[in-house]
Amino acid sequence: MSPTVQASAGPARSSGAVTLPRTIASEWIKFRTLWSSVLVATVSVVGMIGVGWVGSFFTNADWAHMRPRELARFDPVVTSLNGYTVAELAVGTLGVLLVTGEYSTGMIRATMAAVPARLPVLWAKLIVFTGLTAVLMVPTAFVSFLGGQALLGTHSTSLSAPGVLRVVIATGVYLTIVGVLGVAFGALVRNTAGGIAALFGVLLVLPAIVGVLPSTWQDTIGPYLPANAGQAALSVTPDPAALAPWTGMAVFAAYAVVATGVAAVLLKRRDV
Amino acid sequence: MIEARGVTKKYGDKSAVSDLTFTVRPGIVTGFLGPNGAGKSTTMRMIVGLDAPTTGTLTVNGKHYAQHPAPLHEVGALLEARAIHTGRTARNHLLALAATTGIGRDRVDALIELVGLSDVADKRVRGFSLGMGQRLGIASALLGDPRTLILDEPVNGLDPEGILWIRNLLRSLAAEGRTVFVSSHLMSEMALTADQVIIIGKGRLLADVPVAQVVAQAAGAYVKVRTPDAAGLRTLLAGPDVTVTTTAPDELQVAGLTSDRIGTIAAEHRIALFELTPVHGSLEQAFMELTRDAVEFRTPGTLEQPLAMSASTGDER
Repeated sequence: MSPTVQASAGPARSSGAVTLPRTIASEWIKFRTLWSSVLVATVSVVGMIGVGWVGSFFTNADWAHMRPRELARFDPVVTSLNGYTVAELAVGTLGVLLVTGEYSTGMIRATMAAVPARLPVLWAKLIVFTGLTAVLMVPTAFVSFLGGQALLGTHSTSLSAPGVLRVVIATGVYLTIVGVLGVAFGALVRNTAGGIAALFGVLLVLPAIVGVLPSTWQDTIGPYLPANAGQAALSVTPDPAALAPWTGMAVFAAYAVVATGVAAVLLKRRDV
Repeated sequence: MIEARGVTKKYGDKSAVSDLTFTVRPGIVTGFLGPNGAGKSTTMRMIVGLDAPTTGTLTVNGKHYAQHPAPLHEVGALLEARAIHTGRTARNHLLALAATTGIGRDRVDALIELVGLSDVADKRVRGFSLGMGQRLGIASALLGDPRTLILDEPVNGLDPEGILWIRNLLRSLAAEGRTVFVSSHLMSEMALTADQVIIIGKGRLLADVPVAQVVAQAAGAYVKVRTPDAAGLRTLLAGPDVTVTTTAPDELQVAGLTSDRIGTIAAEHRIALFELTPVHGSLEQAFMELTRDAVEFRTPGTLEQPLAMSASTGDER
């Protein structure tokens, strides 16, 4: 290599200030250039559709051998959308990783040095990831549902049946909000293992903990737990113990907004 | 231009940096010297707004770093070797950073070429050697063609060719009128690269001096002379401020006279010289001299220990 060098190679000056759209562009490049994020996003789509379709296929195939209790609980919508739990784990993990991956590698220092206002980075990550999960998960819910119904044969239902369209859309929305929570928890905890543990502690373990409390407490607190509130919209016939479908989803979204707000305040105040 | 005014950074009740005041001027390479753990990295992180000072102010070109609308055009920073997501390729890493400031692909490609990473630009950073990582870090720092460069231990992990490359790069950047602020724990490296050194120890400013002064202190410690007429020359050289020591029957060590002067005196008196060697003291030793007054810096038992306490990759906070 030549020892003589010039820093002024190529045009660099024609650009101007850091803006939110530019930060979004940067975050989009970051997202799509990581093999891991593309892989996990693929898992969420394929996993959800796969579980829904396989479950629907075997339910139909084994119909004659199903126990009465199983038949009583059978819901064609639930059967075809059961894979949302796979997507929930994948999307939540990906949301956490989007932030903590930068902390674990040190990339965050380069990121925050480029955008020292810091908050645009959080907004850009949320916009990119929320947009992406919504665009992936709502259609995935439809594909999972429609394919599942086809595989359920005579036991299927249709989108025009009461409440069905709402459940399919709500599944996509629920997963999108899980993604937002993942990003917020990642920004709060700044550590991959801790962030994932905190996120799924709140989503999966918290309801189980409340489940061991006296039933009057359960009835009071239970419906307002994040996951319970969000999942209120995921059944065709609303559970009387749960919140009304979209009310529940709004409560779930409110948790995501609060978590994001706290993450934003801490991001601004803490050293990188 | 980087200005620090009364900067203190405390982590709990431990001070990483205490009341630091200095100015880094454009057009020269300014070294930032101190042992590992002295507070160099913390100070550099504060300059680019990653850490907030507990008290005091740090400005770059008259403003706080975060107040510049396009920070990458103002300051390029190489902080700790790897501020890079290892799952991404070198080119994509640069493209992502460039996008924040609207810097184009042409510039990214040109920088990859400049730092000599063309062959590996589309490989993931995970497989990079320390030296390749440093080169990518330098490319990141130069992305916005910044007026000010801040580099934390840039020669760490580089091979001799890489070290020479960095040295020349830093000097040429300073020659273009830029402000170049580069940290190191090695005085010997700074002597070759920097024009001015800011020396800190235990978070406090110990010295802010031209490198030439440190070098002068180290240079001409004494001159070794071999001559068959050692006794005769010894008499001729004697004078105020001159110390002559006889180390062998035909060998003298002369302090306080330059080799030119000794050679001239010997020639005038037709005394043959077999050897005339200016012997340089160690730069690290000279550095210790400069910082002798800083009592805080000295701990019992390490009084004469050279500055390069550890040549390992210093990850100081």
